[in-house]
Amino acid sequence: MRQALSSRLGRAGTGLHRLRARTAPAPEAPEEAGPWGPAPVIEVRALRKTYGTGDAVVRALGGPPDPAGGEPAGVDLVVEQGDYVAVMGSSGSGKSTLMNILGCLDVPTSGRYLLDGIDVGGLDEHQLSLVRNRKIGFVFQSFNLVPRTPALAQVELPLAYAGVKAAERRRRALAALALVGLADRVDHRPNELSGGQQQRVAVARALVTAPAMLLADEPTGNLDSRSTEDVLAVIDRLNASGRTVVLITHEDEVARHAKRVLRLVDGRIVADVRQAAADGPPPALRDPAAFAGHAPTALSGTAGGALR
Amino acid sequence: MNPVEILRFAVGGLAANKVRSGLTMLGVLIGVAAVIILLAVGNGSSQSVKDSIEKLGTNALTISSGGGFGASSGSDTKPLTVDDARALADPASAPDISTVAPEVTTSQTAVYNGTSHTVGQVVGTYPAYFKTSNSKVDKGDYFSADDVLNSRKVAVIGSTTATDLFGTASPVGKKLVIGGTPFTVVGELATKGGTGFQDPDDTVIAPLPTVQNAFTGFGPVSQILVEAKSAGATTRAQNEITTVLMGTHGIKDPSALDFRVSSQQSLLSTQSDTNKTFTVLLGAVAAISLLVGGIGITNIMLVTVTERTREIGIRKAIGAPRGVILGQFLAESTLLSLLGGGLGVVAGLIGSRFTIVGIKPVVIPASVWGAFAIAVAIGLFFGGYPANRAAGLRPIEALRHE
Ligand SMILES: Nc1ncnc2c1ncn2[C@@H]1O[C@H](COP(=O)(O)OP(=O)(O)OP(=O)(O)O)[C@@H](O)[C@H]1O
Ligand SMILES: [Mg+2]
Repeated sequence: MRQALSSRLGRAGTGLHRLRARTAPAPEAPEEAGPWGPAPVIEVRALRKTYGTGDAVVRALGGPPDPAGGEPAGVDLVVEQGDYVAVMGSSGSGKSTLMNILGCLDVPTSGRYLLDGIDVGGLDEHQLSLVRNRKIGFVFQSFNLVPRTPALAQVELPLAYAGVKAAERRRRALAALALVGLADRVDHRPNELSGGQQQRVAVARALVTAPAMLLADEPTGNLDSRSTEDVLAVIDRLNASGRTVVLITHEDEVARHAKRVLRLVDGRIVADVRQAAADGPPPALRDPAAFAGHAPTALSGTAGGALR
Repeated sequence: MNPVEILRFAVGGLAANKVRSGLTMLGVLIGVAAVIILLAVGNGSSQSVKDSIEKLGTNALTISSGGGFGASSGSDTKPLTVDDARALADPASAPDISTVAPEVTTSQTAVYNGTSHTVGQVVGTYPAYFKTSNSKVDKGDYFSADDVLNSRKVAVIGSTTATDLFGTASPVGKKLVIGGTPFTVVGELATKGGTGFQDPDDTVIAPLPTVQNAFTGFGPVSQILVEAKSAGATTRAQNEITTVLMGTHGIKDPSALDFRVSSQQSLLSTQSDTNKTFTVLLGAVAAISLLVGGIGITNIMLVTVTERTREIGIRKAIGAPRGVILGQFLAESTLLSLLGGGLGVVAGLIGSRFTIVGIKPVVIPASVWGAFAIAVAIGLFFGGYPANRAAGLRPIEALRHE
């Protein structure tokens, strides 16, 4: 599995190099080898998203207008390769809006979004579909499984769009389902699965292409604590293998797994707390015994209290 | 993604909602089958009329009394008589005429052994009538010129008359009473069949003087049946008839004739005109049913795509290129219309093997291809249009779609 994933990653990488060469002719030496280290996976500058116009305008992202300049400041965010970021904030604070833009599912009203150094705004429809397919694994707040389709076919779908052969596709989809503990549910349709199982199918679908980046919008929002631990364990392991993870959560218990916690209020980042180094293993895997022994309230007592 | 894969997705999509796919297919099927069958019925009926007119013989000319348009009506209209027929039979003045048969018609009640039957047409004529009117004897024989000369009370009867009076028994040699006069049946005609208003098989044919003596009196005849020497000679024969009868009727002005000469050919062309109208009407009805089938596909595809916009969003979110999504939906609607159209062609061809309201349908090959092509084109266009719209949405827009 590990080997399959890394070989897949290599292929995805070449795919994106092709993309980069087409959109923004890069200098001879690629940024990864440059003196300033690898380009950040995510680099967001002055990002804003508004819905509607006139009096009915909703500023979902970027905060309220600056009283002096008139324009809102927008969101700035840099996420390094291998980081594990939890995004928190009250309902309606713009978390999903940010996530959808990061996942190339939506376009910002203004601002720049560089994914692996490529300006996403300059990509055409076809290149965007390649990016979504090869670079990003997206887990939705509301599962979003294809209706009336068995779990195995769900998970095979991204591979089918990537042009992977049927036998190879099936093998990798089965491996991904086994990874999330659903080896015995491969023939079940979404309406025959529990909420937690559906969410795990969605996670399997997101990681089956071995994307460099996993974006998860409240992946544990509908799960009990047992399933939450299962899903988080999968995500922790993915991060430990070098994948960048951004997840949205309302729970401190979940945020504890991340290396870095962002807090959004009214479409702006108001706090950014680092809990572990970006290039090490995630907190839960660094010292499992200590992590398990730690009272969940300790974190929310300090970080949560300070940020509120 | 290769086309086979896209096709597999499409089949999966159709199988996911079997009832809806089935009903859509049924709509197309009915539309296509209706076009094929209705046009075949129209075509078949014009064919059968053509056949039955051709059965009468294309060499035949019918002379009937009465002027054409603009003719002065009234006392100076001379009726057709046996003398007129005799004049026409003279080869010197009418070399292109082979036979002449004056004809009187009446309707009488025939009785045999207590069974009575009203005969549609009792015809008094000469033996030449049989050949000219394409009436062939099936059992027994025709009456002869000798029977005519001696006014014998003999008759040849049509097959409907025969079955009504004699049942399955052979009528030949039996005596029946028509309008109080006893006749001996000498022959029975072969069944002609027909789609006309009057049953051509409900008839009794007897020597002219016998019928005149018994029923109509020795006055004018109803019409004179003339046979030209060949199909090519009918026009010349027609001119000769006009000349001869203008002489016997004492008419100088060719625009004021008191008789009419009509050929089977002119009858044929009017008939086929009527039939063309009939076929066009049926075609219009068929086209409407195809249109309704097409609207069915369009509606289903619109509903399907709208309902599945969320699914399209999901597929786009996990990296489906627009082309693949479009391909899947196009393949779905094309499969539906291909299958529906194909089954419709089969149903149409099977349906047109049966006789419908007495008409044997004759399939027009162009209608098969046309209906099938239109069904597929509608599927492609109206399936592609909404799918294209949905595939063009941003994933998040599609996902939020209600
Ligand atoms: N399509 C839309 N049209 C108008 N307003 C929208 C739209 N989508 C989101 N919003 C608004 O943008 C704001 C941010 O929404 P968003 O979905 O990002 O919230 P969230 O932080 O994810 O909340 P939750 O925790 O409840 O999921 C909300 O006020 C919401 O009403
Ligand atoms: Mg949300």
